[in-house]
Amino acid sequence: MTLDVSGVDVELGATQILDDVSASVADGRLVGVVGPNGAGKSTLLRAMNGVVDPDAGTVLVDGEDVHDLSSKAASRRIATVPQDTHVSFDFTVRQTVEMGRHPHQPRFGTDGDPDAVDRAMERAEVARFAERDVTSLSGGETQRVLLARALAQDAPVLLLDEPTASLDVNHQIRTLELVRGLVDSDDRAVVAAIHDLDLAARYCDDLVLVADGEVLDSGPPADVLTPAAIRRAFDARVAVGTDPATGAPTVTPLPDADDELDARVHVLGGGDTATPVVRELVDAGADVSVGPVVAGDTDHETARRFDLDCVTVEPFTSPTQAAEADARALVEDADTVVAPADAADWGANPGLRAAAGRCVVVGGDGLATTDPGGGSPRVAAGDVPSAVAALADPDERLAVADGGND
Amino acid sequence: MDVYARATVWTAASAGLLVAVALVSATIGHASISLPTVALAALDVFAVPSSVSVSLHDHAVPALGGVPWPAFDVGYTSPLDFDVPATHQYIVGQLRLPRIVLGATVGASLAISGAVMQGFFRNPMADPSIVGVSSGAAVGAVAAITAPAVVTIGIQPAAFLGALVAAFTVYLVATENGRTPVATLLLAGVAVQTLLGALTSFLIVNSGREIREAMYWLMGNLHGSRWHEAEAALPVVVLGSVVLLAYARDMNVLLAGEEDAHTLGVEVQRTKRLLLAVASVVTAAAVSFAGAIGFVGLIVPHGVRLVVGPDHRVLLPVSAFVGGAFLVTADTIARSGAGNLPVGIVTAFVGAPFFLYLLRDREVHAL
Repeated sequence: MTLDVSGVDVELGATQILDDVSASVADGRLVGVVGPNGAGKSTLLRAMNGVVDPDAGTVLVDGEDVHDLSSKAASRRIATVPQDTHVSFDFTVRQTVEMGRHPHQPRFGTDGDPDAVDRAMERAEVARFAERDVTSLSGGETQRVLLARALAQDAPVLLLDEPTASLDVNHQIRTLELVRGLVDSDDRAVVAAIHDLDLAARYCDDLVLVADGEVLDSGPPADVLTPAAIRRAFDARVAVGTDPATGAPTVTPLPDADDELDARVHVLGGGDTATPVVRELVDAGADVSVGPVVAGDTDHETARRFDLDCVTVEPFTSPTQAAEADARALVEDADTVVAPADAADWGANPGLRAAAGRCVVVGGDGLATTDPGGGSPRVAAGDVPSAVAALADPDERLAVADGGND
Repeated sequence: MDVYARATVWTAASAGLLVAVALVSATIGHASISLPTVALAALDVFAVPSSVSVSLHDHAVPALGGVPWPAFDVGYTSPLDFDVPATHQYIVGQLRLPRIVLGATVGASLAISGAVMQGFFRNPMADPSIVGVSSGAAVGAVAAITAPAVVTIGIQPAAFLGALVAAFTVYLVATENGRTPVATLLLAGVAVQTLLGALTSFLIVNSGREIREAMYWLMGNLHGSRWHEAEAALPVVVLGSVVLLAYARDMNVLLAGEEDAHTLGVEVQRTKRLLLAVASVVTAAAVSFAGAIGFVGLIVPHGVRLVVGPDHRVLLPVSAFVGGAFLVTADTIARSGAGNLPVGIVTAFVGAPFFLYLLRDREVHAL
């Protein structure tokens, strides 16, 4: 049963919460809604399940507008796990889960599927405290009870609002594994608002990145979670890499860059030599490119995490002509080339260094003998940004260049 | 145990309690009558409707003259006839039982609508008069008492009408775009109650000798009840209670909050409207016959909830019977005490300390 959201606008009060939002979820797909606090993730879910009437646009479930359905009909198709619920009277876990059967129970008479409650409790692993009061449970247990309630509802579409928000690491994974199982074995269509980008990337088939009530991007996690997109959505600087344990994209937040160094810098590399330099320059706000580096080595991974232009060569080969040409283009485009001393002689690097208008060599006392270009200022690790800045400033550059040539 | 089995057991037990309390109450009074005699006399009173005839009478309405008014004449047949002394039969059948049946009816209606309101407002401190029903009834009744020339329809119809007008006004004030937020409803109820309270005080201040009767009504009493009053109140309360019971599961789901209830298949606004309307009518039927009896609708559902839990499928029927038993007990104390106390004074005497106890109890602190 497909859930199709198209062109949805929602205004609450005088505030536009959602602006022309479109998204689609098919059977057997898990779609994550990610975005900063207040982006409209919860409102999007509430528009999907019919709690909020959109001011424009449609929400179609199996081809019918959810807002034209009775709440009974809608709740047989869409089940929702709310972020938090406030029960002020002491229902037991079983009674709470049984509320999920409400849309299936006739007003007079009994449930056609009397085992549904037990199955749902078993599956959500809440059966062993079935007779306890809901108000006596921890936040994580309550959340699983609400998940069980939604499972008892037996709807083909499932919406989850921050299902892992109050769970510890273990229960986060167990909950999402359970949800993943609902998608894979029951073929349900699931939408989950998840604030943890790593978990979202790991478990979701597709992500919808929402910020300020608009969809910035949607698609497979690896395509959506780029440092540039995350910067736009969250106003946060991040590095995006691949988690070696799960193979999923992993997002590492970074402190804000100084943004002072306004320069295009190309870093020559090899092995892991470029990594500390790249980090230093990116932190300083420079626009950095890297290469050539061996595909898959640390420098390559670093460039990927920072979403930098990077020229790679296959392991155990010399740079191809194409790679060398690409690298040369980046070098010529750069204001400054930075060569870690250890990488200075690697592969095509000496040629590239020679082609550079300005070059800074980092570290390495023994470099003097193998530094055919001569004349390049040599700085210690940690001083790279200021050296680049000095070269970029015409007056400063003159001074440095004079010092180098005389 | 299945919830319906639990509901049946508890309901039967509480109904038994009500019958026992009613029979014991009927033995108490100036003339002390033995329990077996009371039981036989009560069975003698038991009658089944055997004929119904409808006739139109002209009802005098100012400015309109005679208006045709339907009158229902129901004939009863009593299948049982035990050998009970005539005076005892009269005392039990015509003096005590009407009062007991009306008291049970009023207590049941206040308790069941109190339980509904507490669930509806998700607040155990809510009571059936929270949307202005009692204060509306008070204005109607006091107007009929102090200005019978203006309000000609009699005390009970005036009270009933006042109650419904007040509840409907509160509902209209609190509703915007088809939605009625309970917080707004609560505040509108408080404001309208204050306004109507002022109106009642104004009427009383400007009344003459009727002040005693008005005060007596305001305190709530079952004094001088006759069968026709119980006959008028009982069908309203029974029908209303049946409707409320049919929505017991919806009320459970509504306790999870309105958004959750919507995603669980409850037509939230329609259900709220219906619950509010039926609970108000049931309450209005009670207060228009017995006056504003306080605390029954608050403490009975509360006490019952502590014992049977929050599930409305059990809570509502048990509250109704326990509410009836409670009010019959309170009224027995009231009529056997000095000077024929209004029952509202007794319920307040019992209710207020219990309320304070609840305030100090964890049940209330947990909210």
